[in-house]
Amino acid sequence: MANDYPQGVDMAAAIAAGFILDRREAVPKLIGRHEDFLFVTGLAGTARDIAALTRDGAHIYTMAGAMGGACMIGLGLALARPDKRVLVATGDGELLMNLGALATIAVLNPANLAILCVDNGHYGETGYQKSHTSLGVDLEKIAAGSGIKRARTIAGEAELADGGRMLREGNGTAFIVLKVKPDDPPPFKRNMDPASCRTRFRGALLGTG
Amino acid sequence: MPDAGHRILIDRSLADPGAQSVALTTEEEGVALLAGADLGGARGVLLMQSSGTGNCINMLSLIKGGHFPFLSLVSMRGDFGEGNPWQYPMGQAVEPVLQAMGVICLRIERPEEVAPTVAAALTMVFQGGSAVAVLLTQKLLGAKSF
Repeated sequence: MANDYPQGVDMAAAIAAGFILDRREAVPKLIGRHEDFLFVTGLAGTARDIAALTRDGAHIYTMAGAMGGACMIGLGLALARPDKRVLVATGDGELLMNLGALATIAVLNPANLAILCVDNGHYGETGYQKSHTSLGVDLEKIAAGSGIKRARTIAGEAELADGGRMLREGNGTAFIVLKVKPDDPPPFKRNMDPASCRTRFRGALLGTG
Repeated sequence: MPDAGHRILIDRSLADPGAQSVALTTEEEGVALLAGADLGGARGVLLMQSSGTGNCINMLSLIKGGHFPFLSLVSMRGDFGEGNPWQYPMGQAVEPVLQAMGVICLRIERPEEVAPTVAAALTMVFQGGSAVAVLLTQKLLGAKSF
């Protein structure tokens, strides 16, 4: 199956660097019951991960542009709805585009917000160019240094159950880096119209458009 | 965002238990934050200086594409009486770039226009579903001296 890897990816090097898990298996296992969360996702990879997991449910808001906004959309939603658990699922590239958001979130530290960074060390959507996380940048340390106290990296199967609990519990924002192989996300086709997705999300949550 | 023109409003917001104040590291965070708040049924306003409007441009794709309501109060630099040459490029570009991204700009030059203009903006945004920036000009606020 080695020949099935995306063109240009040095999979042996990625695996040697700890990018081992298969995102198509690890993301659903880590999240568990998806109905427990309202989701905001990044572009491309994580949008497909979560759309496939929920069958493009009304409790998800996926992005396909405005890169760098996922964590802050999640913060706005978490502050507006302290009665709900909000899970931001985004990629390393999307997160790297606005690292200041981690500082802004850490200052407020809402307990109903969790951030899951599905880190494959690459920009998968644009041809698998290496991202900074393949070149020595550690997002867990950046989150911790920003002041997010509950930050950890998960790179192995055995840690997924702990991660699932971390997303649901605790007295402050949780931040998990899930290291995965630089391989394609599920080929799920989701609704990419941001306006109809807004109407769908608000309709389900608020009973209004 | 911290700003001298918004100082009193920032202080009042911080003191108001009915308002949630969020300090940002960059203005585009506020655009995304307000979209997320709308998904949860809450309303907000982004306070920023004209130099920060440029930081918001691509994030306004979210507002325009998603038909999110959006309100910002912008304290202007780089216009009437500006003494800092660094402020002119963005200050003079505020209206064309915001308008290019679908944000309606309402300029205020006199104190008696402030309350009715902000009231009009609130209607336009939260009833009309539009995106509005209220520009508090240097004719209104006065130019910073150097």
